[in-house]
Amino acid sequence: MSELTLTVMRLGFLAVLWLFVIVAVQVIRSDLFGTRVTQRGARREAQRPQAAARQQSAPPQQRGQRGQRAQQSGGGRQRRNAPSKLVVTEGTLAGTTVALQGQTITLGRAHDSTIVLDDDYASSRHARIYPDRDGQWIVEDLGSTNGTYLDRSRLTTPTPVPLGGAIRIGKTVIELRK
Amino acid sequence: MSSTTNTPTHHTSTIGSIGAPSRRNTELALLIFAVAIPVFAYANVGLALNDQVPAGLLGYGLGLGLLAGVAHLAVRKFAPYADPLLLPLATLLNGLGLVAIWRLDQSKRLQAMHAAGDKATNQLIYTALGIALFVVVLIFLKDHRTLQRYTYISMVVALFLLLLPLVPGLGADVYGAKIWIQIGSFTIQPGEFAKIVLAVFFAGYLMVKRDALALASRRFMGLYLPRGRDLGPILVVWFISILILVFETDLGTSLLFFGMFVIMLYVATERTSWIVFGLLMSAAGAVGVASFEPHVQTRVQAWLDPMGEFKASRSGIQDGIIHSEQAMQALWAFGSGGTLGTGWGQGHSELIGFAANSDFILATYGEELGLAGIMAILLIYGLVAERGVRTALAARDPFGKLLAIGLSGAFALQVFVVAGGVMGLIPLTGMTMPFLAYGGSSVIANWALIGILIRISDTARRPAPTPAANPDAEMTQIVRPGTTGPDPQ
Repeated sequence: MSELTLTVMRLGFLAVLWLFVIVAVQVIRSDLFGTRVTQRGARREAQRPQAAARQQSAPPQQRGQRGQRAQQSGGGRQRRNAPSKLVVTEGTLAGTTVALQGQTITLGRAHDSTIVLDDDYASSRHARIYPDRDGQWIVEDLGSTNGTYLDRSRLTTPTPVPLGGAIRIGKTVIELRK
Repeated sequence: MSSTTNTPTHHTSTIGSIGAPSRRNTELALLIFAVAIPVFAYANVGLALNDQVPAGLLGYGLGLGLLAGVAHLAVRKFAPYADPLLLPLATLLNGLGLVAIWRLDQSKRLQAMHAAGDKATNQLIYTALGIALFVVVLIFLKDHRTLQRYTYISMVVALFLLLLPLVPGLGADVYGAKIWIQIGSFTIQPGEFAKIVLAVFFAGYLMVKRDALALASRRFMGLYLPRGRDLGPILVVWFISILILVFETDLGTSLLFFGMFVIMLYVATERTSWIVFGLLMSAAGAVGVASFEPHVQTRVQAWLDPMGEFKASRSGIQDGIIHSEQAMQALWAFGSGGTLGTGWGQGHSELIGFAANSDFILATYGEELGLAGIMAILLIYGLVAERGVRTALAARDPFGKLLAIGLSGAFALQVFVVAGGVMGLIPLTGMTMPFLAYGGSSVIANWALIGILIRISDTARRPAPTPAANPDAEMTQIVRPGTTGPDPQ
């Protein structure tokens, strides 16, 4: 076998071996699943120029569609102001949002809570937030040690949560937002 | 948490879960690649040595491909969400091992020493047995948590396996290390299997005891000092590993078991002090034993002064000590390989003599593939360990976490101990490079290890079932139909 062929094979083999390693690392990169973190601020800014351009090009159609969509999601006048998500604004979980889809949200240190609070002042089953018949969101203290506060007042009974009202549990503050 | 925590009012981030794709097709593509590389290498060896494509190329390629295919189908059927990389990486290492063993089989010098000749065929049979055990693990181990039931049985089995080579008439003393047992014409290295069984025991034990080990401690000079009675288990494992070192004169096995325990202890308790203790204890133990055990002394001497040992061996000094020339020869092999290597089949690593295709097989790669090839191979080992750790991170149950970290830690530690020994970083030990080196026990046990890791990763990556409807909400609707809101109770 000629020297040249063997040299080409030698370098070719090393190249192929490294190609395998690189492909494997690429697979690892594409394999990073589990949680997707969407930056809301960044997304909004990126979408704004697009939306503006779209409105300019086809204003009537676009507006019609948007009206329809608002009605679909709101389901009528009464729920126009219904919150669509719960946002943790202070505490170790600050920045977390949970979409409100009619399910009960439990808060506490227990591992099966919807929002697991890593907060020394929270009880294991501290409070829950749930919608009543009309879609109004209610916060209820579940007999916690240190209490749940809506704005400044400590909760004693299940209380409706206004949009943007601050629910305070220990060092964690939660708000409902549109 | 994302980086947006400092300005939560303007930058909120949403954390939503994405379902894990099954990735079986990715695995298949990588697997084809992983079989093609050794086939290329095999053809290359034949062309370099005999100027022709070796006659066995088709059979060899088909054999490896068939085994990989069977393993892939088993994963597809029994562990559909498993990690896509573990199987191709292990297959590639095993295939490269077969090529290097076959290449050393061609050496007239090794054939004359009866150290080579038909080893590649044997290794292919061992690989088949290993893949068979891999498939058996996938079929019968439906859930890795069943292993948790056998925590203390595992301990007994592991001790039994470790002590087996010491049984008179059964244990075989091969070149000073007593880590083999001989049944008929077969030699088995029970330590390789003990590694897996012991990981099961440690995982089960530490899962129960970790709170006591982690929390009951005093702080002293920045370190958490465990209570005296909590030191018990680490002392017992340390003592056993010292016993292995003394009676089986095998530094590698003892280091592997103690290291695995310290890694798992650290992961279970998150206490850095265990690592400090572990390092101090293993250093003290190794130095203590090396002071009176001649076999260990020889190894240390060969590590500190390989050239002196080589000269002593060549000059034939009869001072009652076996001088090892291999440590120096391995270093020469690496040196003559250089950066890009000599090319497959064009090195002279067969000069190392016996154990060229087992303990010292890394020197063959070092010479024929050079630094570039060795780095790639070590990276592939690193990726296997990384996938193991990733599996441990993703696992939902503490037992699975600890077992995955223990198995991948043992795998990585074994690679470190062997590669470090051959390259002269630490004293040489009698262990085999997983998948690359010739040896049935090692290949079979490591395929079982990969099987368990794949089982854990399948459980960890399987998408969670959709949660059942909240019974509370339904009950309130039925019990109080008249009220406007759900019952606060």
